[in-house]
Amino acid sequence: MIEIKHIKKGFGEKIVINDVSTVFKTGKCNLIIGTSGSGKTVMMKCLVGLMEPDSGEITYDGQNFSEMNEEGRKGLRQSIGMLFQGSALFDSMTVEQNILFPLDMFTKNTFAEKLRRVDEVLDRVNLQGANKKFPAEISGGMKKRVGIARAIVLNPKYLFCDEPNSGLDPQTSLLIDQLIKEITTEYNITTVVNTHDMNSVMEIGDHIMYMHQGVKEWEGTNKEIIFSKNKLLNDFIFASEFLRDAKDMRMLEVRGKIDNDRNMDELLK
Amino acid sequence: MNFFAEFGSYLLTLKGMFTRPENGKMYWKEFMHQCSEIGIGSLGIVAIISVFMGAVSTLQTAYQLVSPLIPVSTIAQIVRDTVILEFSPTLVCIVLAGVVGSKIASELGNMRVSEQIDALEIMGINTKTYLILPKLLAAIMVIPMLVVVSAVLGIWGGRLAGTLTGILSAETFDKGLHQYFKPYNVFFAMAKAYTFAFIISSIPAFYGYTVQGGALEIGRASTKSVVVSCILVLFADYLLSALLL
Repeated sequence: MIEIKHIKKGFGEKIVINDVSTVFKTGKCNLIIGTSGSGKTVMMKCLVGLMEPDSGEITYDGQNFSEMNEEGRKGLRQSIGMLFQGSALFDSMTVEQNILFPLDMFTKNTFAEKLRRVDEVLDRVNLQGANKKFPAEISGGMKKRVGIARAIVLNPKYLFCDEPNSGLDPQTSLLIDQLIKEITTEYNITTVVNTHDMNSVMEIGDHIMYMHQGVKEWEGTNKEIIFSKNKLLNDFIFASEFLRDAKDMRMLEVRGKIDNDRNMDELLK
Repeated sequence: MNFFAEFGSYLLTLKGMFTRPENGKMYWKEFMHQCSEIGIGSLGIVAIISVFMGAVSTLQTAYQLVSPLIPVSTIAQIVRDTVILEFSPTLVCIVLAGVVGSKIASELGNMRVSEQIDALEIMGINTKTYLILPKLLAAIMVIPMLVVVSAVLGIWGGRLAGTLTGILSAETFDKGLHQYFKPYNVFFAMAKAYTFAFIISSIPAFYGYTVQGGALEIGRASTKSVVVSCILVLFADYLLSALLL
């Protein structure tokens, strides 16, 4: 569980995060959503310590991250995995070497054991046989999966994903979402995902925090989001006519007023 | 004010490098990799420059020594001392500032921009120690070696040019090489080599590590690092000459 209390962060005069508090639960996919410039990425960077908040407190399962010294943070970071927006794979290394790197750095396992672990995680992300390929030789979706494999290779307790679906087609996005969801449940980890992909929100959002201009505007689950009366949230999530129609259909479906198959048949007549 | 802020940031970056490595084996591997990249990678250009530098020194010294009162073997003496005292350490290091410096700055800049440095930080690795220190130590280790190789090849180039053009025979050149040789000159050349090695690895590493933005900024950082390194090499050259000679 990650708990944040009254986080504030600004750059000069501009306040980017203003007094945000929330709890990201273990075994759940916690989503931070919001428009570009709403403070999502800064929030995530503060969470993992790439940026220091101006005030507030971040605790990882009771350990106060904000008050830890560099050595303490280094220790905690070994239980953190992160998938970056651009995957951030080491481009001079093969897929196998990329995933081996954390194992080489932090474990004393034999080379054979490490290779077995690499195969295990590659298998987990459905990338068998890609070991010897370089990042430049694989697609965007594959890069994301290698990024996930590298993030989970040390069995982290916390997984952070920054825009995991950016630049991916809808089908691949769905696969990545499912993978994140499965890994979260399977390993019982605390996952925090930064996204503005509506499919992700609906598919994997166990806990969603909507940010607007640096402020937490709404919080809830993917079941609650369609019934939300928050205008800013509705304008953001259901921006197009198509999505608004989809929302209406979903609301009726959830309330048990329609059966999608039956209605489609009637419509087709 | 900007200069002081930049200088302070440079010193803090250097200070940040000195932490206990997470895994000595991995750091050693990276150090050896950098030794090969900097040393073997620059050997070709250093060899070419040195041979021609020595050859041109012989021809130009012969051109200027027109008095029949000065023995021809003096040419070898002058070539030896200019190569050891100035050409090999300074000229070679200025070339290396371009070759090695731009490579270090663009490599680190690219890693910063593509979030690879952030990825290492998240893993719990001190990126200053892992990415900068091996480069710095490797440069301090191999650049003086390159300077020695350059001095040998420079003198050999001078000898070759002298004999091929008939300015002086190989025996006369060898005789001149042994005249009035001061071992202190080699010490001075090495002192310069170590100082320049530190400059041409730490400055580009700083500019590359702290780059912000995209491809354009990486290019700018790379150019700036080479320019600043060259200026500092020349400044240090003057300072060391004034202090040690």
